[in-house]
Amino acid sequence: MASLFDKEDIQHHISKQFDQELVDIHSRILAMGGLVEEQVAAGVKSLIDADAELAERVVADDVKINSLEVSIDEECTQILARRQPTARDLRLVMAVIKTITDLERIGDEAKRIAFHAMDLSKQFPKRNQFSDLEHLASHVSDMLSDALDAFARMDVEQALRVVQDDKVANKEYESILRQQITYMMEDPRSIHVCLDIMWSARSLERIGDRACNICEYVIYYVMGKDIRHISLEEAQREIKGG
Amino acid sequence: MKTTMTHGVNLGALSRRNGADNTGIAEKCLQVDDLNLYYGDKLALKSISLEIPKRRVTAFIGPSGCGKSTLLRCFNRMNDLIDSVRIDGDILLDGRSIFDPSLNVADLRRKVGMVFQKPNPFPKSIYENVAYGLRIQGVNNRRVVDEIVEKSLKAAALWEEVKDRLHDSAMGLSGGQQQRLVIARAIAIEPDVILLDEPASALDPISTLKIEELIYELKSNYTIVIVTHNMQQAARVSDFTAFMYMGDLIEVGPTDRIFTTPKKKQTEDYITGRYG
Repeated sequence: MASLFDKEDIQHHISKQFDQELVDIHSRILAMGGLVEEQVAAGVKSLIDADAELAERVVADDVKINSLEVSIDEECTQILARRQPTARDLRLVMAVIKTITDLERIGDEAKRIAFHAMDLSKQFPKRNQFSDLEHLASHVSDMLSDALDAFARMDVEQALRVVQDDKVANKEYESILRQQITYMMEDPRSIHVCLDIMWSARSLERIGDRACNICEYVIYYVMGKDIRHISLEEAQREIKGG
Repeated sequence: MKTTMTHGVNLGALSRRNGADNTGIAEKCLQVDDLNLYYGDKLALKSISLEIPKRRVTAFIGPSGCGKSTLLRCFNRMNDLIDSVRIDGDILLDGRSIFDPSLNVADLRRKVGMVFQKPNPFPKSIYENVAYGLRIQGVNNRRVVDEIVEKSLKAAALWEEVKDRLHDSAMGLSGGQQQRLVIARAIAIEPDVILLDEPASALDPISTLKIEELIYELKSNYTIVIVTHNMQQAARVSDFTAFMYMGDLIEVGPTDRIFTTPKKKQTEDYITGRYG
């Protein structure tokens, strides 16, 4: 297994400027990741606390994430054009380009959750309708934070754990769906609320998927192996294959 | 003769990629077997074993002095011309040792042509440059020579530019044209292998691209071995890349793998521009 990442790994080019550029995109993506994490947490909080004001702030702050995506993307294009990176430098730039796309989409999901929060704040949901959602939210937030952590340290083991965790998130999502369907059948007046909760759960589940994508890029960077679209067992075999 | 599994790497096996055309399973053309080369007391190539597949482009990369040009020059025994050179180990061309005493070195060099960094046309006409090898072989029939000159210049992507001035001096051509002329001269005698030693390093970017395009065209008929300092060039033109360092062959494999996921740290450091 490859050793854990530190900044040293992307340095030591004869061109110091190139070192700096790679360190720069790596740290900027972590900053973007931090911002996305905050957005998800605030989105979920606005939903559970029925805090329309907070929700509005989440919606407004999404532009920050979007502009980071654009500027990191631009920086990667510059590196490709000027440096023609190869091997692990190339894999880093590719991983960064893909990761920022997923981070930006996670930001969009946070925004979507905030929209539902605004809508729900005008309704009167039963408090207990949120309990499962809260649980899913906390699970998915952990996945996201672990994925970013895995990216920061380029930690294959941790990346694999996050991919594994996604199964749990999917199960929780399905159980929320079943529960909301039951509520809707019991009381059709609750449909509006239930739909908001279902859509929010859907967004959370997608955030989990995208955290997994980020982990796949971590594995690609470290090992040069593409584990997308294969089962977890196959992926584990592939990685152990060295 | 033993089968070479170069550094545990068999090019035939390595080249088995899904559906790709240019690195598909290839017969081997040249086989280097535990080759050591000494300049006087100095060991310049250390136990090199490797296979060069037929009708593919194999690139040698590595820092100055790593032995890549020396190895290239072994393939047509150009090192014989240097007194202090001593070689042990073997190189097989289509299964036959090129050091076989019964082998005529001139014949070997007819089969294994070479093009150098600096274009070296003879101070003769364009036509006579290409016809030179044929004349030496005693081919004098005008029609035959005309035909081969035209074919070779076309194969070297030079015909359109020179067809109206075939009898002008070759020295009046641009550097890039001269280099393509030298390639045409090499092709005229129908070699099996073309060795290119930094063929584009004295050329401007456009001429360089023309040479690279030419290399791509030529590989359908010839086995090409190229030494280059320009890593992007190796990445662009070659099917296989061999990385050498201080006389050792460090790593060899399909070019797409070497440039995305090299296995050896030394290779990685070199191609990513790090000091090792």
